Amino acid sequence: MARQTSPQRKLIVTLIAWIIGILMFWPILWTILTSFKTEQDAVLMPQLFSTGWTFENFGIVQERSDYLRFAMNSVILAFGSTLLGLVFAIPAAWSMAFSPSKRTKDTLLWMLSTKMMPPVGALLPIYLIFKDYHWIDQHIPVLVIMFMLNLPLVIWMLFTYFKEIPVDILEASRMDGAGVWQELTRVLAPMALPGIASTFLLNVILAWNEAFWTLKLTDVHAAPLTVFIASYSSPEGLFWAKLSAASTMAIAPILILGWFSQKQLVRGLTFGAVK
Amino acid sequence: MSRIELKAVRKDFGNLGVINGVDLDILDGGFTVFVGPSGCGKSTLLRLIAGLEDLTSGQVLIDGRDVTELGPAQRELAMVFQSYALYPHMSVRNNIGFPLKMAKQPEDMIEAKVRKAAETLNLTAYLDRRPGQLSGGQRQRVAIGRAIVREPKAFLFDEPLSNLDAALRVQMRLEIMQLHKSLGATMVYVTHDQVEAMTMADRIVVLNQGRIEQVGSPLELYDHPKTLFVAGFIGSPKMNFISGSVAARYGAATIGIRPEHIQLGVSDGGFTGTIRIAEHLGSDTFIHAESPELGSITVRATGNIEASPGTALALGFEPSRVHRFDAQGVALK
Repeated sequence: MARQTSPQRKLIVTLIAWIIGILMFWPILWTILTSFKTEQDAVLMPQLFSTGWTFENFGIVQERSDYLRFAMNSVILAFGSTLLGLVFAIPAAWSMAFSPSKRTKDTLLWMLSTKMMPPVGALLPIYLIFKDYHWIDQHIPVLVIMFMLNLPLVIWMLFTYFKEIPVDILEASRMDGAGVWQELTRVLAPMALPGIASTFLLNVILAWNEAFWTLKLTDVHAAPLTVFIASYSSPEGLFWAKLSAASTMAIAPILILGWFSQKQLVRGLTFGAVK
Repeated sequence: MSRIELKAVRKDFGNLGVINGVDLDILDGGFTVFVGPSGCGKSTLLRLIAGLEDLTSGQVLIDGRDVTELGPAQRELAMVFQSYALYPHMSVRNNIGFPLKMAKQPEDMIEAKVRKAAETLNLTAYLDRRPGQLSGGQRQRVAIGRAIVREPKAFLFDEPLSNLDAALRVQMRLEIMQLHKSLGATMVYVTHDQVEAMTMADRIVVLNQGRIEQVGSPLELYDHPKTLFVAGFIGSPKMNFISGSVAARYGAATIGIRPEHIQLGVSDGGFTGTIRIAEHLGSDTFIHAESPELGSITVRATGNIEASPGTALALGFEPSRVHRFDAQGVALK
């Protein structure tokens, strides 16, 4: 039986949803608006809208630091670590979903438990290793750290997707004469692709926004956009408008990507893996 | 068309014996039904024949050839699953044609065979749809179509009608029997529903705890059950079992009498009882009664009979209708 909802109730729920939505979006909205203000306007805190809108912050930011290099590094680290993650996670999640052993459940929990430790707990040893091997500010070592960081989550997400594929269908394809390769390409891949796609997107976003490790382990050469933002936060005192412009430039690509892949993302987020 | 033989087949899952030594000869062109309660191993036995499970020991032979070590595809059998197991991303046409594509048959031949199968199964109008756009009955027909096009040596059905509603189940049951007649193929069918087993089978294999209890035609099992288990499993409502002094009078530990073989209103030499509950089916009336001599007893009377709870009954049965079992549950001759 469908639940009855009175118009008042609907109105209240809608209002609450809007308020929560606006509250959550508020920092981003503030940042974007501030990035178009002059520094003088930006510090006038209670005033949301500016008297004179300007693009000059973006120009100054681009002039002072090379946005494109940071953006390129973000792309390399986010997409690279995610792709590398999938290479390892797909077979791992696959075997756990389709031929689980007695230890599969424990293994999965163990992997998740690594996400429970605060990253700062591993900072010192990893930093020292990086320092001794001269890995700091090198693309590949940082990429590997980010790959390992998100690997448990990627495996978990894929595992829940693969779990949804009925074993009967795989057996049917075996009865129908499909070999391992055909089973993979003709039957499994088409069914698993939506799950892999949303895992990919979510992980790219997480890796794009990852700041803890990138701030500690990169400097200039391999630094992604998180470092680019941070560089505007203190050295010359706080310049709100320029910091906002830098932040807006940093989040814009991922916001646009998120916007275009909304459908996949929502499916991924509501699937049970990461709620 | 082919003959399937099972020789001393065993299957253990860990320490648990699921199939405990089964010898069986599945006849060429026959319709063999595996029936039994859940967990009796009937589906596992079918999967062992299909090659989807490895045997712990024993042999599977198809047409005299040992296929124990062969994979599912090399056995040239087709299987229809309870969950239909259709490929959700393919059209009905591609679903049915998939095994032919895997066998690398030429496109025009695939198209012709798919068309023919679709005509047989009334699916022609749905060839371009996806499985998600079909009803349960149509989906199961697609699954059957996918099985037919391969012209397999035998068809294996794993509870194919369990997901369908009652009316559709009866209709599909007839369609599968029709198909068996027209193809003349060997079919092995697994079900937990004894009515399905009785109506469809040439030969029923009753399984219990991984062993064969009895093999025979439906009427053989109905008339001459070899064990208490088969007697209780085949027939609906269930056979009445009576032990104690009444059974001793027949020289048995337990006697069984089917509900339809108990007569009402027999006064001399009969038993007494009180009606507890009556189920009116229109064509039949099932009376559940309590008898001081027989215990709880079910009677099936033809037609609609006036029977209100608390009414006294006089019951009787012909001695020739009595099934006798010893203390181990084995039928006495």
